Amino acid sequence: MSKREVTSKDSGTRSSPGVEIVRSEAPSELLRELVAHLRQNRTQLREEWVVRITETRLLTAMTKEEIFAEATSVYDSYVEALETEAFEALQAYARNLSERIIPRGVETHEVVGIVLLLRDVLARSLFAKYQNDFKKLNRILDAYEPAANRIANTVAVGFVQERERVIRQQQEAIRELSTPVLQVRERLLILPIIGVIDPQRARQLTEQLLRGIRTNRAKVVVIDITGVAAMDVTVANHLVQTVEASRLLGATVIVTGLSPEIAQTLVTIGVDLGKMNTVGDLQGGIEQAERLLGYKVVTLAEPR
Amino acid sequence: MAINSDQDIVTARQKGRALAMELGFSTGDATLIATSISELARNIVSYARRGEITLKIVQASSRQGISIIASDSGPGIRDIRQAMRDGFSTSGSLGLGLPGVRRLMDDFEIASEPGRGTMVTVKKWKL
Amino acid sequence: MEVPILKQGEVLIATFQAALSDADLNQLRMGLVQQVVKFRSRAVIVDVTAMDVMDSFASRTLREIAHMIRLRGAETVIVGIQPEVAFAMVQLGLTLEGVATALDLEEGLAYLTQKFKHTD
Repeated sequence: MSKREVTSKDSGTRSSPGVEIVRSEAPSELLRELVAHLRQNRTQLREEWVVRITETRLLTAMTKEEIFAEATSVYDSYVEALETEAFEALQAYARNLSERIIPRGVETHEVVGIVLLLRDVLARSLFAKYQNDFKKLNRILDAYEPAANRIANTVAVGFVQERERVIRQQQEAIRELSTPVLQVRERLLILPIIGVIDPQRARQLTEQLLRGIRTNRAKVVVIDITGVAAMDVTVANHLVQTVEASRLLGATVIVTGLSPEIAQTLVTIGVDLGKMNTVGDLQGGIEQAERLLGYKVVTLAEPR
Repeated sequence: MAINSDQDIVTARQKGRALAMELGFSTGDATLIATSISELARNIVSYARRGEITLKIVQASSRQGISIIASDSGPGIRDIRQAMRDGFSTSGSLGLGLPGVRRLMDDFEIASEPGRGTMVTVKKWKL
Repeated sequence: MEVPILKQGEVLIATFQAALSDADLNQLRMGLVQQVVKFRSRAVIVDVTAMDVMDSFASRTLREIAHMIRLRGAETVIVGIQPEVAFAMVQLGLTLEGVATALDLEEGLAYLTQKFKHTD
């Protein structure tokens, strides 16, 4: 009930000055009339809409039948949202629709485009129906427009949110793929790092390794940095932190693939490599790891 | 939240963690937030005896975050630059408090006046 | 809140509950050292699995415990540090240098058994 009141206030303030408003029907009454009109002309209006979609070359990734099927659902949800002024169902449908069409490459402008087209088709039919009663047309549009705008907004936002969710998910997947934590022997993990390490990736890498140590009950970890593009103070400090955090979980880290040149640079800029157990190459690192595991002893920093 | 004793430190960090989880932070981030609160509250107890911790939800464009404000009317910090250096302490602690908290969080602000008190504001943003 | 200290052969096991205050930690430090003396224990395992925050005070207390117990000729192993807690600790620069660590209680006991075998 309170929603209706808000709508009536809205439509009152929206009227352009100078237009005489004769309040013969309440806005809810108008919306009911509007909804009845849209239901009556469903077949024709929906057809018109689909034609306009095809003409405007929107949703080209979909077949004509698919467009028709989706158009039917959107049309019905649209009318229902107008009638009930409840947007949850439409919102859910928009999300569901987005989920299906995003993988097929449908773009944001297409989704916004088709909703605006529907708005246009329906407004035109209202013009045609009430063209002889200007005052009534004005009141009908006052009731229709805020609701139509809200519907367009709901669908567009739903689509964009779903798209962002998909993008986030993919970013996550890419990051996980780029830092695999591999178990080669019982209690031995290998972490080959390839590419550029930024603070965000360094953090993710460390968290993944720490979880890996816990779930695999690893005692030795070999981190191979042969494939790391560049090593500066920040990256080196991240590496030192990863080594220290692993030790807190009781695992020894062996770093392999650190070239003598890089090692020299790091020492010069003041990175403490003494905290790191380094071995020339990955094979040597694995051999040392196995020796450590063979004794079943964790090497720990001796008290100073 | 009033911070007057070491028990308050525990309560403050538990509330901070709960709020962080409620906002949808990862457990990793919630741990960083709770640890920062613990450090800031401990500074209050050890240097100013009493003070306050305020937790706020903050919003910037599309990002949501959590803000922690630690304020006291204690002795204040004479040399903030020195206090922000690793290894500095005047109360015999490890002195890692402030620079450490800066590393744990995304934003860090400090204002202090000798004899008037200290206010530290830190923020963590959700990814 | 008191920290229960369990005696298992030559090893004392102290299990931290969540939400320990500074006073609790200080009390634990004293309690552990006294018990090591009383039972002539060879080692202490401090299980911190339940701790969801390890700040500079807690970390310093653990180091002090380890050092005091070493002065008594016994060894300390910290077990059960959670991955997220370990991450926050190194960010704070708290690395428990010079103190032995193990994944959990089982690993800690295994580490000590191995160590005793070598020194016996």
